Amino acid sequence: MNRSLTVLAMFAVLAAPVANAVEYRTVLPAQSTVGFEFRQMGVPVKGSFRRFTPQLRFDPARPEAASAQIEIDIASIDAGSPEANEESAGRLWFDRNAYPHAQFVSSRIRPLGNSRYEMHGTITIKGRRREVVVPVIFVPGKNAASFQGAFTLKRLDFGVGEGMWADVATVANEVQVRFRIAASGN
Amino acid sequence: MTAVVRYSRPAVVLHWLLALLIFVAFPLGLYMHELPLSPDKLKLYSYHKWIGITILLLASLRAAWRLTHTPPPLPDSIPGWQRRASQVVHGLLYLLIFAIPLSGWLMSSAKGFQTVWFGVLPLPDLIGKDKGVGEALAEAHEALNFTMLGLVVLHVGAALKHHFIERQPFLQRMGLGRKERA
Repeated sequence: MNRSLTVLAMFAVLAAPVANAVEYRTVLPAQSTVGFEFRQMGVPVKGSFRRFTPQLRFDPARPEAASAQIEIDIASIDAGSPEANEESAGRLWFDRNAYPHAQFVSSRIRPLGNSRYEMHGTITIKGRRREVVVPVIFVPGKNAASFQGAFTLKRLDFGVGEGMWADVATVANEVQVRFRIAASGN
Repeated sequence: MTAVVRYSRPAVVLHWLLALLIFVAFPLGLYMHELPLSPDKLKLYSYHKWIGITILLLASLRAAWRLTHTPPPLPDSIPGWQRRASQVVHGLLYLLIFAIPLSGWLMSSAKGFQTVWFGVLPLPDLIGKDKGVGEALAEAHEALNFTMLGLVVLHVGAALKHHFIERQPFLQRMGLGRKERA
């Protein structure tokens, strides 16, 4: 009885630091989403990208060492309607043939406490780069954790919707991006 | 017959407001549907939806007024079958000023675009986004509109026939012209 308790205690001591040191790095695509929402004539329109390749390394014990990047396949867009999907591929919007991917690469991560982080990095869309600060909430789960957040970018900063579409009274400049990236530590 | 019987002023105002809005929304719907996607197309769709919801609102006022007020009687010279036909056509027109905007509102929801009246007041989506339902509602919206077009032709044709051929003061009933005949 005493002996088995001792053994258990030893295991617990050994196991504890290991559990804390999980580094999340295997992304689970089926549980991850990248969506966006914008206003068109005052009407909220939701969209998403179905294919994207995220990579991340995150150890809750060492958040400064974390890094994340994601490559989004522009062709996988759902912009709210078949007509909009087709239109969005064109030169005035994403110019998909010339720029088939959008990208985010983190530069540094700042812990804000309470599982909240501020991720600094660069977004590249349509060949145009912008520095952004993305708030991220870390939600640990049983077998996998998720990284969730939302931020607003301005489509015209990236030349998305040029020419006749530059009129922000019809399609708003602000686009809210929402993401949920699930990853396991295995 | 010298005295002209008229619909009450609110009934007359609502009749002509609805007529005006319908005469704008109908061709607008036909036109915008054929346009390639552009900011103008998005604007016209919104205007069309705003007009449609306004029609729905005015239709409610109008139906409420009609249910609480008796319309002026038809002249004695109108034969029975024409009275019955008039009742049927008016009944269907009342039905359509509700059914057409409602089918448009539902279609918009089914196609995934909420209707926001004048870009300010969001209307609830009564049904969810569904491609098949959206297409079915588009068909229904179109069919109802062409049914209305036919009924409006009958309605206007009958009024003009009674007024100009039978020389009954029909247009005055709906507020046109002077109050008393010379």
